[in-house]
Amino acid sequence: MAFKNRSFDDASTVLDIRDLTVRLLDRPEAAPILDRISLSIRSGETACLVGESGSGKSVTSLAVMGLLPKEALAATGGTIDMEGQNLLKLGAQKMRELRASRISMIFQEPMTALNPVMRVGDQIEEVLDTHAKFSAQEKKRRVIDIMNQVHLPDVERIYRSYPHQLSGGQRQRIMIAMAIILEPQLLIADEPTTALDVTTQKQILSLIAELQEKHGTAVLFITHDMGVVAEIADTVHVMHHGEIVEQAPVGELLRTPRKDYTKRLLKAVPSLVPQPARPDEKRGEALVVEGLEKIYGGQGFLVKRESTLAATNVSFSIPRGRTLGIVGESGSGKSTVARCILRLIDPTEGEVRVANTEIARLSRRALRPHRRHIQIVFQDPFRSLNPRWTIGESLIEGPLNTGEDRTKAMKRAQELLSLVGLPEDAVSRYPHQFSGGQRQRIAIARAIAMEPDVLVADEAVSALDVSVQAQVLKLLADLQKKLGIALLFITHDLRVAAQICDEVIVMQHGRVVEHDTAANVLSNPQHAYTRALIEAAPGRNWDFANFCELPAA
Amino acid sequence: MLGYIIRRILAVIPVMTIVAVFVFLLLRLTPGDPAAIIAGDMATPAQLDRIRDSLGLNDPLYVQFITWVGNLLQGDLGTSIISNTSVTGMISERIWPTVNIALLTIIISVLLAVPMGVVAAWRHKSWIDYGVMSFSVLGFSIPVFVIGYIFIQIFSNELRWLPVQGYIPPSESIGGFLARAILPCLTLATIYVALIARMTRASMLEVLGEDYIRTARAKGVKEDIVLFRHALRNAAVPIMTIIGTGFALLIGGVVVTESVFNIPGIGRLTVDAILARDYPVIQGMILLTSGIYVLINLLIDLSYTFIDPRIRY
Repeated sequence: MAFKNRSFDDASTVLDIRDLTVRLLDRPEAAPILDRISLSIRSGETACLVGESGSGKSVTSLAVMGLLPKEALAATGGTIDMEGQNLLKLGAQKMRELRASRISMIFQEPMTALNPVMRVGDQIEEVLDTHAKFSAQEKKRRVIDIMNQVHLPDVERIYRSYPHQLSGGQRQRIMIAMAIILEPQLLIADEPTTALDVTTQKQILSLIAELQEKHGTAVLFITHDMGVVAEIADTVHVMHHGEIVEQAPVGELLRTPRKDYTKRLLKAVPSLVPQPARPDEKRGEALVVEGLEKIYGGQGFLVKRESTLAATNVSFSIPRGRTLGIVGESGSGKSTVARCILRLIDPTEGEVRVANTEIARLSRRALRPHRRHIQIVFQDPFRSLNPRWTIGESLIEGPLNTGEDRTKAMKRAQELLSLVGLPEDAVSRYPHQFSGGQRQRIAIARAIAMEPDVLVADEAVSALDVSVQAQVLKLLADLQKKLGIALLFITHDLRVAAQICDEVIVMQHGRVVEHDTAANVLSNPQHAYTRALIEAAPGRNWDFANFCELPAA
Repeated sequence: MLGYIIRRILAVIPVMTIVAVFVFLLLRLTPGDPAAIIAGDMATPAQLDRIRDSLGLNDPLYVQFITWVGNLLQGDLGTSIISNTSVTGMISERIWPTVNIALLTIIISVLLAVPMGVVAAWRHKSWIDYGVMSFSVLGFSIPVFVIGYIFIQIFSNELRWLPVQGYIPPSESIGGFLARAILPCLTLATIYVALIARMTRASMLEVLGEDYIRTARAKGVKEDIVLFRHALRNAAVPIMTIIGTGFALLIGGVVVTESVFNIPGIGRLTVDAILARDYPVIQGMILLTSGIYVLINLLIDLSYTFIDPRIRY
């Protein structure tokens, strides 16, 4: 694939960070959060800061913005130089004047980064109110103009809308409009597309590139996604434990990484090329879903409410020991299907047979003994374990509910923990003592404690770093081989789907648009939507793990 | 929106009906002869007969209920047994002092407590925060009458700035009203300042950790605008709930303060009625207080939809 290969020798330096050190205020003797990092960005350049969670990417950006949490972190050394001024020495008032006028920032979560009780037009206008004096008319004109520049549709309506009335992509466009309305020299983008669907991500990335071209803005782009890096970066800075371990132009870094850490990071990026097909051992169906449909709403008190079709006509089956992936963007109905199968919500239509029992119509009470046959692992390991319970309590709750003896269950819990690669004494510890990856292992142990026939993984690796992601995927595959569980894997990430699924279903607007083997769906997609999804996957022509171009399909 | 308001108002009807049935049965289902209960131990048979007749106790229960509700809807709450005057008249005479005091108390409380809570959250774990929290604990724990007498001792007896007690309606003289109302209102406000400040602080602490606050700061917005324009409105729903409930409580239960400051409000009317077993007045008061609670809850619910555009029913 073609990497960016522009020269910035003539461009002026916009931001120059030298030996920046940031420490914890209450533990100055601990290892610094940022350890003498240096990087510079020239006008028109896109510098990508990559690294796993906790590497110090976001702290770097907050330090530049002067927004480090005052009571916890402080810059103790180095300089952040912007056009001859050391930002670290600037007073609060001066720093405030700089924000949004010369340095702007866009954040990861467009869902939470906008004030929910203010109209978005007012939120953009506030930037003008803070930094300039314009007449009301002029303000409105400028806001409408910037909203057009970020390609928002129906600008007059959106101007008056509240954030919750807009889609994720539209909100991120509002954030961008707010960030660039005063044409800053530096734009810091902290994972701006991570929470977005791939097709929306593609649009937002090209929007940032377009505006950068137009205004000559320097962009500091923070991401953990190597695909995005391959698409947009001029230079890449790899962070690890608060240090910049390698910096190089993008082509050089992806072709010939020098440091071991960089190589490890690149090797962990899951490939879009599906794994070779596993032989089907024909061990009978563990889960059969027929004509599943879910309609939300429809009834209301005194008024008829509009109903939403969340999923319709979904049929599939998973044999024991096999993995089926459901892929789709947000709102496609993939999670609705998962929840219907688990009867966390009640399907409107259709049949769900788990281990040859039809459960879609069972009453709550009659369903209870069947629950153990189907278990789920959720997306966010930080919120899916009860923080006040020991790991052991969480693991044995299910078995106890189905009448197992406490000592026996606890003994089994310890076995399960070693099965998922954790020490047995973890039973008496609490969730906060574990990392995200370890917690997800615990969540998996909790699910298999019930000895289910079917395990549903709802975006179970999406919140994890790639290296951890690879380990958890391997764990799931190993457990499947050992226990013969059927796995239903819900994900928005085609790369992950390619690594673990035997078959893939693609969903859009609550309907199944494609259903075939993983190899066929990914290398020979039939439906236009599947093709668009693959098309939008960033860095899809690059084989990150082998540092080379993918052979053209 | 309009549909929601109408539905919400219609929902008041069943609630008030249940209250009315309860209030009606209160007297009729009490063991013994209601007339004897009303008349008390010293009544002569002639008095009993008269009471029985005036209450229509000789009619079947459902006829009594219909007559009673019919009167109720016309604003007739019956006649006080003690003073022999109309209960509606008694209540409407006594309600204004209570309402005025309650309003002034709530206004004072909000003006003091909200900024206190906001600043405490902003300077979390600083001496300001600890100061506000300590005041809160004190405000909760000192009984109202103690605060009332302390205020009277300081401001009326020692400094001689304000009258000791009494009440003048604001329609007669605003100055006179304020001079007499300010001490009882401050007394009552202590606990509400404590409560509202605490709630504001807790709610603000949560909101100040939100991403959009970081966004506002990244825009270069000044701290006071971050706090009052961005954070406070997002923190407002629980604060409004406390303010509303506080106001309802102020209408129903300020007996002690009314006694300490000698204010002719409905708190004392209720207590007097209970002590004198003046059943028609007690019934009227129950209806009135529940009506006020229902109304205020309605207003709180409606206020949510104005505070937060995401709340739509």
